[in-house]
Amino acid sequence: LNFAELWLSTIDGLSLGAIYALVALGYTMVYGVLRLINFAHSEIFMIGTFAALFTVSGFALSSPVGGVALIGVTLVLALVAGVASGGSAMVLEYVAYRPLRKKGASRLAALISAIGASIFLQQFFALFVIPPLFDRPTEGGRLPVQEQFVERCDLFTSCLPGWTTQWLPDWFTRNVQISNDKLLVFVAAILMMIALDQFVNRTRLGRGIRSTAQDPESAVLMGVNIDRIVSATFAIGGAMAGVAAALYLVRFEETHFFVGFLLGIKAFTAAVLGGIGNIRGALAGGFALGLIEMWGSVVFGSEWQNVVAFSVLVLVLMFRPTGILGESLQQARA
Amino acid sequence: LGTLRRNMMRVTGAVALSAALALSAAACGEGDGGSGGDGNTVTIGFMGDLTGEAAGIVKPPNNGAKLAVEEYNATNPKVKITIKDYDSQGKPEQATGLAQQAIRNDKIVGMIGPAFSGESQSVGPILEEGKIPSVTPSATQVTLGDKGWKYWHRALADDAVQGAGVADFIQRTVQAKKVFVIHDNQEYSKGLADVVTNTLKGKSVNVQNDVIDQRGTDYSSTVNKVRTFAPDAVFYGGYYAQAGRLLKQLREGNVDARFLSGDGALDPGLLSGAGAANTKDTLIACPCLIDPTGQANAASKKFSEAYKARFKADTAIYSAEGYDAARVFVEAVKAGNTTAEDINNFIKTVNFTGVTKQMKFGANGEVSATDVYIYQAQGGKLPLLGNVKDAKLG
Repeated sequence: LNFAELWLSTIDGLSLGAIYALVALGYTMVYGVLRLINFAHSEIFMIGTFAALFTVSGFALSSPVGGVALIGVTLVLALVAGVASGGSAMVLEYVAYRPLRKKGASRLAALISAIGASIFLQQFFALFVIPPLFDRPTEGGRLPVQEQFVERCDLFTSCLPGWTTQWLPDWFTRNVQISNDKLLVFVAAILMMIALDQFVNRTRLGRGIRSTAQDPESAVLMGVNIDRIVSATFAIGGAMAGVAAALYLVRFEETHFFVGFLLGIKAFTAAVLGGIGNIRGALAGGFALGLIEMWGSVVFGSEWQNVVAFSVLVLVLMFRPTGILGESLQQARA
Repeated sequence: LGTLRRNMMRVTGAVALSAALALSAAACGEGDGGSGGDGNTVTIGFMGDLTGEAAGIVKPPNNGAKLAVEEYNATNPKVKITIKDYDSQGKPEQATGLAQQAIRNDKIVGMIGPAFSGESQSVGPILEEGKIPSVTPSATQVTLGDKGWKYWHRALADDAVQGAGVADFIQRTVQAKKVFVIHDNQEYSKGLADVVTNTLKGKSVNVQNDVIDQRGTDYSSTVNKVRTFAPDAVFYGGYYAQAGRLLKQLREGNVDARFLSGDGALDPGLLSGAGAANTKDTLIACPCLIDPTGQANAASKKFSEAYKARFKADTAIYSAEGYDAARVFVEAVKAGNTTAEDINNFIKTVNFTGVTKQMKFGANGEVSATDVYIYQAQGGKLPLLGNVKDAKLG
C-alpha cells in the first residue's frame, strides 16, 4: 500500500464526493417530499454544466484565472448554473410530474415520465443545443465541449506567497499536496450544504418542506400549499445540482450531453447510501462514496472502482437497509 | 434502476436506428440501381463511418479513395470506376445490411473498407461469401488477418506491428526505464496496450498498468497511480477523446513524463482536449503516413498537394492509405480485370509503389510493409517526426 497515493486519493475522493453530495441532495429532497425518484435530475445537472460553460465562454478570458479571481468566477458560474438548473427543475416538475400527480397516477407512471424526460433532455441537447451553440454541426454534439479557464496550483508550494509557507517542513510540502480547484470544490460544497441545512431547519418554507415530507395530508390541513412546496423543493434541489455543475466545470473544464448519466447514478447511489430522504445523509453518502471509490482504486486498481463502490453499497444496505443516517432522522428532516 | 434506465435508452436507440435504416434504405433505393453491371463502368464500394461519431477519421480515406478514382477516370480509360459510399456509422449491425445491399443490388466488384475493425469482423464473412475483394485502409485489429479470408486485404500494418514498433521506440529512443501503460478496456485499446506492455516487459522495462473508464470524466485515481510510480513515459491505448482528457489530468497532476499513444489518438481533438499548454512531450504512433512536406517520400508531397487542391483541406489520418487502397483496384481494372474474381486474383500479385508504401500483399491479405510512423505534438498540430525505426526526439 502506497501512502502518498492514499493521501492524493483522499483529497480526490473528498472533492469528488462533494459533487456527488450536492447532486444527491436533489434526489433525496424530491424523494422526501414526493416519494419519487426524479431520474431526470441528472439532466438538470447537465443543463447546469452547459449554463456554466456558456457563461465562462462569454467571459472570453484572455488567460486562465487562479486565486481570488477564480473564486469570483466560480461564484458567478454557480449563480448562473444554479438559476438555470433550478428553473429547469421547476419547469420539469410542472410539465412531467404535476399533471400525473393531479390525475392521481401511480408512482410507476411518474417514474416512467422521469425516464422519458431524461432521454428527451439528453437528445435535445445533443441534437439541437450543442451543435449550433458550440459550432459542432458535424459531430452532432457527441464529443465533449470544453473551455479551459482554470489556472491550477498546489496550495503549499505554488498558490500561497512564499513567506506564508516557508516555515512548513519539507516533508510536509512534498507529501501534502492539495490543488486549488479541489479545495475550492470541497469548501464551496460544504458551505452550500450548511446553508441548505439551515434553510430547511430555520425558515418557514423549510418548515413547509419538512411537514410535507412527514405527512402530506396533515400538512394540507394545516394550511401548507403542497404545490408551492413541491415547486420549491424541485427548485432548491435543482439549484444544488446547478452549483454542483459549476464546481464540476471548474474541476474538469468540459461537459457533454451524456455527462449526467454516470454521475447521476453515482449521486443517486450516494443518496441511498446516506439514507434517501435525509439531507445530512446525502452529504455523508456523497463523501463516503467518493472516498470508497478512490480508496478502492488504490487497493484494487481503477477498473475496480465501481465494483468496490457498489459492493460497499450492497453491504451497507444489508446491515442498514435505511442507509447510514436513514433511520432515526428520516421523519424529522425533509 | 440504473439498468432499467439504460435498457430504456437502448430501446429508444434501436427505434431510432431502425428508422434511420429505413430512411437510408429508401434513399439508396431511389439512386443509381445496378450501375455496376454494364461493360464500361465497374462499381467499387467504400464502407465506413461517414457521418457518425468517428467520421473525422473516415472522411479522409474516403476522400483519398475518391481522388485516386477521379485521377484514373480523368485519363479516359476503357472501363471507368464509380465509387459508392456505404455509411455504416461504424456499427457492425448496420454494416452487414449495407454489405448485402452492395453485393446484391449494386453489384460491386470490390470494397474499400470497412474502415473499423468491429464492422470488418461482421462484414468479412459476407464479402467472403459474395466473393468480393476488399482492401481496408484503416482497420488495424490483429485477429482480422487470422480468419483465413481469401478476399480480405489490409493496406497498413496491424496493431501488433504498431504496438511492437512503439514499444521499441519507447525503450530505444525515449530510453525509458519505467513505463506506465493505460487503456480504457475497449477491444482496440486493450489489444494495443497489451502488445506494448508485453513487448516492454520482454525488454525488461519496469511496467505498471491501470485501466480508465471510457465513460468517466474523473481519471484522478489513475493519475495518482502514475504520479506515485513516477515513470519516464506513459503509454495510453485508446481514442483521442479519452486520451486528451487523460493527458490534461496527468499534466495537471504534475506528471511530466512523455505521453505516447497509438493511431486512435492521432487527431487534433487530442490536442484541443488536453489544452495546448499540456501537450508538451506528446508522441503519437500510427501505421499510417501523413506527410504533406514529403519528408518520408516525394510521392506523399505530390499526393498532399493534389488532395488539398481537390478537397480544400489538408491530408489527415488514413487519407493516403485510402488513396493507396483505391489504387489497388485502379491497377486491377487498368490491367483489364472487371469481375470480382479476376480483381481478387490480380490483387494477390499486385506490386506497385504507393504513396505510403510498396503495395504488395501476403497470402493472408496483409500488406508486406511494416512501417510505423511517429508524430509529435507541436504548435497545435501533430507533424510527422519520422519512422519509429530511426526517428530522433526533437
